[in-house]
Amino acid sequence: MPRLELLVWSDCPSHERARAIAVELLAELGLGGEPALSWIETDEEARRRGFVGSPTFRVDDVDPIPPLDDDVPGLACRVYRRRDGRVSPLPDPEQLREGLARLLGAG
Amino acid sequence: MTHPDLAPAFTLPRVDGGEEVFAPGSGSPTLVVFTGNRCPYALAWHDRIQAVARDYAPRGVRSLQISPNSTGVVVDDSVERSAERVAGGDFASPYLRDEDQAVALAWGAERTPHAFVIDGAGRIVYAGAPDADHDDPAQNAEYLRTALDELLDGRPLSRGETPAVGCTIKWLEGAAPPAS
Repeated sequence: MPRLELLVWSDCPSHERARAIAVELLAELGLGGEPALSWIETDEEARRRGFVGSPTFRVDDVDPIPPLDDDVPGLACRVYRRRDGRVSPLPDPEQLREGLARLLGAG
Repeated sequence: MTHPDLAPAFTLPRVDGGEEVFAPGSGSPTLVVFTGNRCPYALAWHDRIQAVARDYAPRGVRSLQISPNSTGVVVDDSVERSAERVAGGDFASPYLRDEDQAVALAWGAERTPHAFVIDGAGRIVYAGAPDADHDDPAQNAEYLRTALDELLDGRPLSRGETPAVGCTIKWLEGAAPPAS
């Protein structure tokens, strides 16, 4: 069973909202449950996990939203570019839903 | 970290050359925003902040935006990258570089963006977020606009402070303020 993981850094304030979005999407996809939270708090961990910013969603270590070309691993708030062109600290909800449905085999 | 009641004076270089002097008590209201080039919160709010700078300039409000992050941590906050953004028309007011972070420390800035509204006497009358939601452009930097409208109309301010929401300022080694 694929596993949804949410990688977050405590200095970035988006983790609560990201967790709520994940719970909501898992319910929408008929899977329910919660993501496994992984706290990334050191540069070494960030490099080891290829963590390009908080929040990052992973399904069996695959990111449903490809990082931007200039993303580099490190402790940061992640920059997401939404489909309407706006920049946000959170992913485009529809893009995330599609990515999770594909990777989780649901929806 | 808390901000002082009176806005500290500063002279900072503009990323595109020259310098700007801020002297509290000059008689004119001022908007000061600590921001950055790579923080998604600063970028999400950016256009709304520029709109405030443009809309209130004709009413005598001076706006200054300051880049405080250590470039050892945030490479994209280099002066060169900042100057590119200015040259590209991204900023509606001077964009300044706080290389040694002395201004951010003196002002009690904690995050990007962190906005301050200063009255003509030099008092910080509002500090915090531009509005209630970085992801909702319809919020229109309402906290800043309300503070400036009330200030310009000579009314008491209805909101003096809100939590700054955004990326923590990335301090130089040994420069971080004590945890509050």
